[in-house]
Amino acid sequence: MARTVEAKRITAEEIGYVLFLGALLVACLLIASRAWDQVMAIHAGVGALFSAIGIFLVFKGFSDRPSQPDQLVDGKPNYNFGPIKFASVAAMFWGIAGFLVGFIIAMQLAFPALNFDFPLSNFGRLRPLHTSAVIFAFGGNVLLATSFYVVQRTCQARMPGIVTPWFIVLGYNAFIVIAGTGYLLGVTQGKEYAEPEWYADLWLTVVWVVYLLAFLGTIWKRKEPHIYVANWFYLAFIVTIAMLHLGNNMSVPVSIYTSKSVQVFSGVQDAMVQWWYGHNAVGFFLTAGFLAIMYYFVPKRAERPVYSYRLSIVHFWALIFLYIWAGPHHLHYTALPEWASTLGATFSIMLWMPSWGGMINGLMTLSGAWDKLRTDPVLRMLVVSVAFYGMSTFEGPLMSVKAVNSLSHYTDWTIGHVHSGALGWVGFVSFGALYCLYPWLWNRKQLYSLKLVSWHFWLATLGIVLYICAMWVSGIMQGLMWRAYDKLGFLEYSFIETVEAMHPFYVIRALGGLLFVLGALIMAYNLYMTVQKGEREEPAGQPVLAPAE
Amino acid sequence: MSSPYIAAAEFAQTYGLVYFFVIFLGVLVYALWPSNGKRFDDAARVPLRED
Amino acid sequence: MSLFDKHVVLEKNSILLLVGILIMVAIGGMVEILPLFYLKSTIEDAKGIRPYSPLELAGRNIYLREGCYNCHSQMVRPMRDEIERYGHFSLAAESKFDHPFQWGSKRTGPDLARVGAKYSDQWHREHLSNPRSIVPGSIMPGYPFLAKNELDYSHIADVMRTNQLVGVPYTDEQISNAVADLRAQANPDDKAVDAMLKRYPKAVARDFDGDVTKVSEMDALVAYLQMLGTLVDFKLYDDKANLR
Repeated sequence: MARTVEAKRITAEEIGYVLFLGALLVACLLIASRAWDQVMAIHAGVGALFSAIGIFLVFKGFSDRPSQPDQLVDGKPNYNFGPIKFASVAAMFWGIAGFLVGFIIAMQLAFPALNFDFPLSNFGRLRPLHTSAVIFAFGGNVLLATSFYVVQRTCQARMPGIVTPWFIVLGYNAFIVIAGTGYLLGVTQGKEYAEPEWYADLWLTVVWVVYLLAFLGTIWKRKEPHIYVANWFYLAFIVTIAMLHLGNNMSVPVSIYTSKSVQVFSGVQDAMVQWWYGHNAVGFFLTAGFLAIMYYFVPKRAERPVYSYRLSIVHFWALIFLYIWAGPHHLHYTALPEWASTLGATFSIMLWMPSWGGMINGLMTLSGAWDKLRTDPVLRMLVVSVAFYGMSTFEGPLMSVKAVNSLSHYTDWTIGHVHSGALGWVGFVSFGALYCLYPWLWNRKQLYSLKLVSWHFWLATLGIVLYICAMWVSGIMQGLMWRAYDKLGFLEYSFIETVEAMHPFYVIRALGGLLFVLGALIMAYNLYMTVQKGEREEPAGQPVLAPAE
Repeated sequence: MSSPYIAAAEFAQTYGLVYFFVIFLGVLVYALWPSNGKRFDDAARVPLRED
Repeated sequence: MSLFDKHVVLEKNSILLLVGILIMVAIGGMVEILPLFYLKSTIEDAKGIRPYSPLELAGRNIYLREGCYNCHSQMVRPMRDEIERYGHFSLAAESKFDHPFQWGSKRTGPDLARVGAKYSDQWHREHLSNPRSIVPGSIMPGYPFLAKNELDYSHIADVMRTNQLVGVPYTDEQISNAVADLRAQANPDDKAVDAMLKRYPKAVARDFDGDVTKVSEMDALVAYLQMLGTLVDFKLYDDKANLR
């Protein structure tokens, strides 16, 4: 490649990261040496190690790189694919880890001896590990990878920054390591889906702000006047998650030398803030972010534009406006004032409309090309994910109705509902996106094997069906048993009788989970072989779009 | 029941509803406005454009 | 058309799009969350609610650490079967010093909001160490390590002070006596028991783990479980006065 030879200078960006990481290194060493508790000492040590590695990587990157990354290669934008490759491999890794932990805890519920009664292996610590691994580690890396890819491609511009894209991806995964090891060691805020303690939360805030700036920075460099609708969804996801993260993690550390912090809010206010966060983690992390994937990958794979761009505009604004209100439906009949939970339920029911609007938009994109579903299992996966989205966004509003919620709340029905969304929608749309991304990123003509994709699809679908059917039955059954009265007017079942009745369904659920894990393992093998053995897209000799990493 | 709450609730239930309905109509009208169609068709093709 | 050129600006200007998104998503949260802080009707008046004693607070932190909230709720809903199964429905006042709240979202095991004083200390000890020795069909993990682990209470006063900072009405006297109160509550023969009981009405001082030689994590967790839902006397509580 022809490059004008110019003196290589270290940029202000690189100096800035070195100074920041250097300061962090010193702070971590200080905290490690004075930590009150063992976990804080370990985590500060890990933080120091990561900072040192970060500084090393900045210098290594400097010595390896040409004077400046080219903005164009042969007249085409020189997209920055390195960090995307890392995030898409990390997504596959964390996905399998998270699904596996999910299988383990499902087995623990069926066979409690599998807890082994050690602190590290008990359900109470593994369950947050499972939820965070699948939502934030797997889902988060999928969102990072696809958002970096989509924003660059639709803006036809290279991401700004030399260190920044790497900082976001590596920094985010460092957060996951800190959070996950924390759960195992008993460090938690005790709030569902917001378990990481104060220092992990602070770190994530830094990474997230940089993410927002890098995303915006790419949009600012665009050649296309219009900002494609997928980027609107990504932007809503990034901004709203920042707001929710800050709102729900307001806590005061007992000291900077301990992992323990105390939440600012308490009781009923804390409950409201938690479910405002919790439901919108679903709404903006697991929905808006993945809808962005739908709006790019489904049209791209089907090779036709989205069914109705107009519908996508209405979909966007209606969805983000309505979703944010839905949280309090998690608190029906609790000590939360009734007006708040009723308001939440009202908006949840209204939310059904934009959700289905989005689903129709995704599905109808295939109109005139339905035959591709037979020949392309990747597209089939994407389309079935949209169908699952439709199903769980129908079930959700139903469950937010007070009368239904009085039965379903506290039971496995909720777990089943979450998993029809998580496995069916988020899982499948992510798998579809990764199956598309790997060949694009590594310049392969196609996947190693479409047959294996089919195997993955059917195994996972069967797993999901087993999972959600088992949870419907056990959830509704348990809800009915709790409120059953005998002829004399006494409660018919003791609590433990309802637990014992769950056993067969817990076994079926674990089996469903196992099938899902197997499918993911097949996928990992397929992707690995695609990178290792796949046929290259371009004849040898021609420059490849991927830049120096 | 405190009166500021009732006042706030009444305000939200009337003007709030009107306000959001108007915003929604605005989005709807914008999205369906005939002359915007060409631009949207163009935008929809962004992901398919090869660089 | 001219009016709608405005939205084109939004589509093409990322900062305006950003601001538009922020406005849209901020409204819902503000309307639902902010009133809870100033409406008097959010939290009813209920006599007897007090901040946790140091031992109970330490026990609560173990409850958090072990992730008990993943399977146990602490929120009895006002339905006939729940009230008969667990007791009076939960009041907002009962969790007003809970930083964070522990209402939970799943009942893999039963609700614990009113588990206090329902079973003996020995029942809890054995049930926590080996649940299936007491309840054969239970699927709860065992926590035998709690009885072996000495409770680390070296920083309990700091934890209380942080709670004070976020609004829990701990007095300075309570904080300066934290360690003495904690030890006294786990040993009924301790001289400081009376002073502790004065500072924390309705607290009970017992050797919760059945081992006077040490204050274990079992002491703390059982002390916490045994006080859950016991602070409000529902014989005296007037539901009607607090209808919301």
